[in-house]
Amino acid sequence: MFSLRDRKLAADILTQIKKAEVHLKFMHVCGTHQDTLVKHGLDVLFQQAGIEIRQGPGCPVCVTTPKEIEETLLLAKEGKTIATFGDMIRVPGVTSSLQQIKTEGCDVRTVYSIEDAVLFAKKHPAKEVVFMAVGFETTAPTTASVLLRKPPLNFSVLCCHRLIPPALQAILDLGEIKLDGFIQPGHVSTIIGAQPYEFISKKYHIPQVIAGFEPLDLLMGVWMLMRQIQQGRAVVENEYSRAVDLQGNRKAQLVMKQVFEPMDVKWRGFPLLPRSGLRLKKKYSSYDARLKYEGMLERLASEEFAEPVGCLCGDVLRGLISSKECPLFRHECTPETPVGPCMVSREGNCHIEFLYSKKESMPQ
Amino acid sequence: MCLAIPGKIIKLDKKRQTAIVDYGSGTKRNANVSLVDVKLGDYVLVHAGFAIQTLDKKEALETLALFREMLSLQEAP
Repeated sequence: MFSLRDRKLAADILTQIKKAEVHLKFMHVCGTHQDTLVKHGLDVLFQQAGIEIRQGPGCPVCVTTPKEIEETLLLAKEGKTIATFGDMIRVPGVTSSLQQIKTEGCDVRTVYSIEDAVLFAKKHPAKEVVFMAVGFETTAPTTASVLLRKPPLNFSVLCCHRLIPPALQAILDLGEIKLDGFIQPGHVSTIIGAQPYEFISKKYHIPQVIAGFEPLDLLMGVWMLMRQIQQGRAVVENEYSRAVDLQGNRKAQLVMKQVFEPMDVKWRGFPLLPRSGLRLKKKYSSYDARLKYEGMLERLASEEFAEPVGCLCGDVLRGLISSKECPLFRHECTPETPVGPCMVSREGNCHIEFLYSKKESMPQ
Repeated sequence: MCLAIPGKIIKLDKKRQTAIVDYGSGTKRNANVSLVDVKLGDYVLVHAGFAIQTLDKKEALETLALFREMLSLQEAP
């Protein structure tokens, strides 16, 4: 459709970055950005130019907590039909995984869209269908849109939606990693626009660029961050103007506002983050699986679930280490035998690193 | 998860807020268009079965030229 490939331009951008002789550390929060970076070798080229880029908590499946997985497993074992996106099914929980209990007879279904789950509920009125709703601001409006159209009452949502800006703030407040800039996720930004990021530049004096997913988008995004730093500026700029309107998608923002309200939630690898999650408003409580099955889920209420033994997904998600620094990477933990979610999800840092990096580079 | 694929709207049912989106190479799929204002022939980004934004064709075509211009300004003394 639109070809955004130009070898000479890419080389020119890289030359300018190299000439600047910088030593900078940036973070992005999107699996698709990580895929572009590693698949095209940009991560190595940037490193040679003095720029290190970490993924951060940009993978909805990865930041979903062990407890949320246990809630879903419990509902499946209680006879509910669980529907969710493919990657979620394979993430190991503490007691099992959705994939495992499916082989034991539980009804677990992979869907492409929440609409598939609603359609299934309509066709099977005797079944109680629970959609495990994971995803950031890109996905949350799809859940909201469906709930506004009054799906059947044998359908409910286990809401695990999360918001990106509070997680960025948490990374900065935790202070474990010193960052010089954020590459903001293009598709989250198509929904929320630029405004929700602005407080970060103001409060922490950190430059931010909303970037697309072609190699040239990321090259240009990094170049724009570098230019802001050279000029002593810290603002939100938009590299992905062909898809991102600075106001965002007003229609999607409105449906989210109608259906959800913010709540404090934990993220995998993070403490409780204020107003970083979404729950259904009272008006939609008949679709809220946590209220509908309160009695069943009660026994998990006070339980704490630990991360898998030896798994460093938490450190990867906070940007402290790269996948290769985890002792389990490529040894105990592979896409066939994942220990943590970052090796399961197509957007997980470990999965992407495994997919594209050569075995020779594995630590001895 | 936040993966979104660009495609062209080749059939639109405004009442039911659905469209058929052509992703090229013969791949066509239904998409929900309740979150966007679209017309036939528009390019959209589709995520998890929903069009989440329309693509600005003019901006897209001008992107490379804009990048080149920004780079040349930086190089100028």
